[in-house]
Amino acid sequence: MLIQLRDETVSLISFIGDTAAAMWEGIRHPKRLRWKDFLFYMNSCGPDGLPITIMICALMGVVLAYQAEVQSHKYGADNFLPMVIGCTILRELGPLMVAIVSTGRCGSAFAAEIGTMKISEELDALRTMGIRPARFLVVPKMWAMLLMLPLLTAIGDFVGCAGGYMVLRSEIGMPVDLFLRLTRQGVAVKYFIEGILKSVVFAYIITVTGCWRGFRTGSDAIAVGRSTTSAVVNSILFIVLADAFLAKLFTVIYTWGQ
Amino acid sequence: MTDETDSSVKQNVPAIEVRDLSIGYGKRVVLENLNFRIEPGQIVTILGGSGCGKSTLLKHIIGLHKPLRGDILVNGRSIVNADEAEKRSIMSEFGVAYQGGALFRSLTLAENIALPMEELTPWSRDEIKKRVSEKLALVHLDGYESYMPADLSGGMVKRAAFARALALDPKLLFFDEPSAGLDPLTSDMLDSVILEIREKTHATIMMVTHELPSIFRISDRVIMLSAEKKGVVDDGAPAYLRDNSRDDYVRSFLSRGGKVNCNETERGHV
Repeated sequence: MLIQLRDETVSLISFIGDTAAAMWEGIRHPKRLRWKDFLFYMNSCGPDGLPITIMICALMGVVLAYQAEVQSHKYGADNFLPMVIGCTILRELGPLMVAIVSTGRCGSAFAAEIGTMKISEELDALRTMGIRPARFLVVPKMWAMLLMLPLLTAIGDFVGCAGGYMVLRSEIGMPVDLFLRLTRQGVAVKYFIEGILKSVVFAYIITVTGCWRGFRTGSDAIAVGRSTTSAVVNSILFIVLADAFLAKLFTVIYTWGQ
Repeated sequence: MTDETDSSVKQNVPAIEVRDLSIGYGKRVVLENLNFRIEPGQIVTILGGSGCGKSTLLKHIIGLHKPLRGDILVNGRSIVNADEAEKRSIMSEFGVAYQGGALFRSLTLAENIALPMEELTPWSRDEIKKRVSEKLALVHLDGYESYMPADLSGGMVKRAAFARALALDPKLLFFDEPSAGLDPLTSDMLDSVILEIREKTHATIMMVTHELPSIFRISDRVIMLSAEKKGVVDDGAPAYLRDNSRDDYVRSFLSRGGKVNCNETERGHV
């Protein structure tokens, strides 16, 4: 167990290093980026995931507003609801839910794609051609995710807040101008930026974990399925860990010098 | 050193040299103390029963795995002790066709063959397009440029894999089980393609297969491995080994291929 954990850790660190080198090479020689693949992954990680992201985030806003409204109504604190909904969605739930949805859609797809390529010796073929698999396979996915996940998060934030507003309107009859005014008063722009920065970190985690699990695929019949499952489970674990760390980090930053 | 001396030295360098090589997985030794040289221009087959380590040996020679001990020289350069950059440079000097073809399924045939050219050479698009057509013509797949690998038959996939292996005009080619899973007629056709490739490119070809008719038809030399002895049991021209090997296992193994027509009378013991 401990030996397996050590091997996995060494392999992950080595993969992160390899990916960083490939990303750096891509930055130095942008012409060598596989633009066709990049556009393909932009589409599959972004627009293709938009309907499910919108649905999940809207429902998340609805559920959050219902729960918060029941409690705050008891204390006559309805005017705090837009701030509670806005802060929670922009800082935490928006980036987290969008990242979890993208892990299920993209992280698993990355692992399955690379795992299948490994079984059919396509990775060996790349290596013997003198092409680094990380540059060929990981870099286009990484750039696509780094661009698309923050965009999806911004849309998810907006839709989540809209879902929350729908509940406040139907339950306590809050007008839209009041909702917007209270949101502007209670929710600072820095919270939106915090959520977007988190989504950049989550995009990196989803891509690295998905691709790494793909490269670690074994050679038996169920190997690809196992890699896909591991990619999702590991990604979610790493995302939650990173989220906890970032939550503390941003709190420290906000209270700096106060 | 003058250019003339340089080239004469180069001519004496074997295409592949294996020195005291032991290979395996973890602590399990599959083959040990292997020593052989493959001279330029030969077609050499690595032969042996299932599980004797043929494909494992091939994967070590092409630098995908690190051996337990020993050295492998490809065109005089050690692929075992090379750093990553050096290894990529050695790898770019040879072409490999894998058992299942290993074509990239998201790319067309032309894109598959163009890939190493785009990635590793400064050639222009027109130049690459011209070369892709040449390679496809060499394996009789002209006109199939825009086909996806999934639309091709097994034999066509193998030929496309040959074409991709030839992309950078390597002088050394490795074919892993080129005719595995193919019907006899398609297998015959692939043999002809391999002979044609050798004739036109003068490349050294190393194959792993246990298709005996193919071996008798195209191989100059067979290196016979045994799982029991964990090493080379005999080495020579296929017909010679079938009739004269000192090892019963080798004679019995090769006799299963019958007296297949080939240039066997012209080929002596290597």
